[in-house]
Amino acid sequence: MNKVLNNAYEAIKGIEDNMTVMFGGFGLCGIPENTIMELSKTNIKGLICISNNCGVDDFGLGFLLRNKQIKKMISSYVGENAEFERQLLNGELEVELLPQGSLAEKIRAGGAGIPAFYVPAGYGTEVGIGKESREFNGKMHLLEHALTADYAVVKAWKGDTHGNLIYKHTANNFNNMMAMAGKITIAEVEELVPAGELDPNCIHTPGIFVQRIFQGVNYEKRIEKLTLSK
Amino acid sequence: MALDKNQIAQVIARELKDGYYVNLGIGIPTLVANYVPEGIHVILHSENGLLGMGQFPTEETVDADLINAGKQTVTYMPGASFFDSATSFAMIRGGHVDITVLGAFEVSEKGDIASWKVPGKLIKGMGGAMDLVASAKNIIVAMQHTNKEGQSKLLKECTLPLTGVNCVKKIVSDLAVMEVTDKGFKLLERAPGVSIEDIKAATEGTLIIEGDIPEIIL
Repeated sequence: MNKVLNNAYEAIKGIEDNMTVMFGGFGLCGIPENTIMELSKTNIKGLICISNNCGVDDFGLGFLLRNKQIKKMISSYVGENAEFERQLLNGELEVELLPQGSLAEKIRAGGAGIPAFYVPAGYGTEVGIGKESREFNGKMHLLEHALTADYAVVKAWKGDTHGNLIYKHTANNFNNMMAMAGKITIAEVEELVPAGELDPNCIHTPGIFVQRIFQGVNYEKRIEKLTLSK
Repeated sequence: MALDKNQIAQVIARELKDGYYVNLGIGIPTLVANYVPEGIHVILHSENGLLGMGQFPTEETVDADLINAGKQTVTYMPGASFFDSATSFAMIRGGHVDITVLGAFEVSEKGDIASWKVPGKLIKGMGGAMDLVASAKNIIVAMQHTNKEGQSKLLKECTLPLTGVNCVKKIVSDLAVMEVTDKGFKLLERAPGVSIEDIKAATEGTLIIEGDIPEIIL
């Protein structure tokens, strides 16, 4: 078993035009910076990206937007990005907006082999248009289908050579579920250690979900809204 | 005198009970954390994956890997926990969060809420708002009673795209505290110096007035 690669350049091998790719992170927190940067250097186009947000104009998935590499975004919140708005208004970009919890659960279900499930979020709103609905315990629910991807790209704090991952603080967010939902999952980590060095009691994502892992470099970890106590 | 934003937050904070797990939305709801009554300990939930959210950090303690649902840098309290987004929304959807406070553009007398999209303005997305309103056990809306043009935001029917239907339980506006009932907005309290007539005039939806309506004591 060798899951370990040297860098993002090696890790993205096989990602092609028009594939569906998941990217972990919430805002700019816990995003796979190295892999996104590497993809932005390629000519890969027509990507369907599943990510809670779409970065900002000059960071994160904003790089792929700027290069027009993204055909469609599946997200819950896409504010904070002027180029996104421009492409959307010009019809250059498709967007599917989903409630954040439904998006998270669709990804979890995809990884867990559950094809669809019912949730109350979005019933009676435009999110429910065209979706099956059903009453349970006196309350209406929408049928939501699972999401999977050709590739899932996640970012962890620590990882080992078996692909076990540990996230730091709120940088876990969508990474843990996305790791489960990729046909091939690429994990980039701040620190890669030999198998056996991480405490098995503290693993967030078991290595079975991860096919490729590498230690990233030069993490900028940009802060979107620096807020300090007065 | 109509309540200011901090006073609205202060009135909502009276609803908090010891041991409550609380989700506060962006804007006025965030201010509720500043008015937690003495002797009461609540745990703040941030839907990006944190229970036990603390104050904003100092320059020394700021950490890019530690943010709240509004993407602001935060800290965590002793006893905090971190988790993924699916677990976080299981807490919401499963009814484990005791109280949710959020803002709104409009609320209808049936408890429908519109808070995420204004036609003609650019779409940003609903984030976690639809999950929260569809599942939270107790939803309190903090809002202004009227818009800048003086038009009521408490309506018979919402005019803007909905975030959720039949879900709001209580509203604290700058003018009044109201409960959403089967028959409409039931007036519970009024802001100091604001008359019932003032509130009637500012409410397009059905307003139920029964007995004496006390002034809010701040």
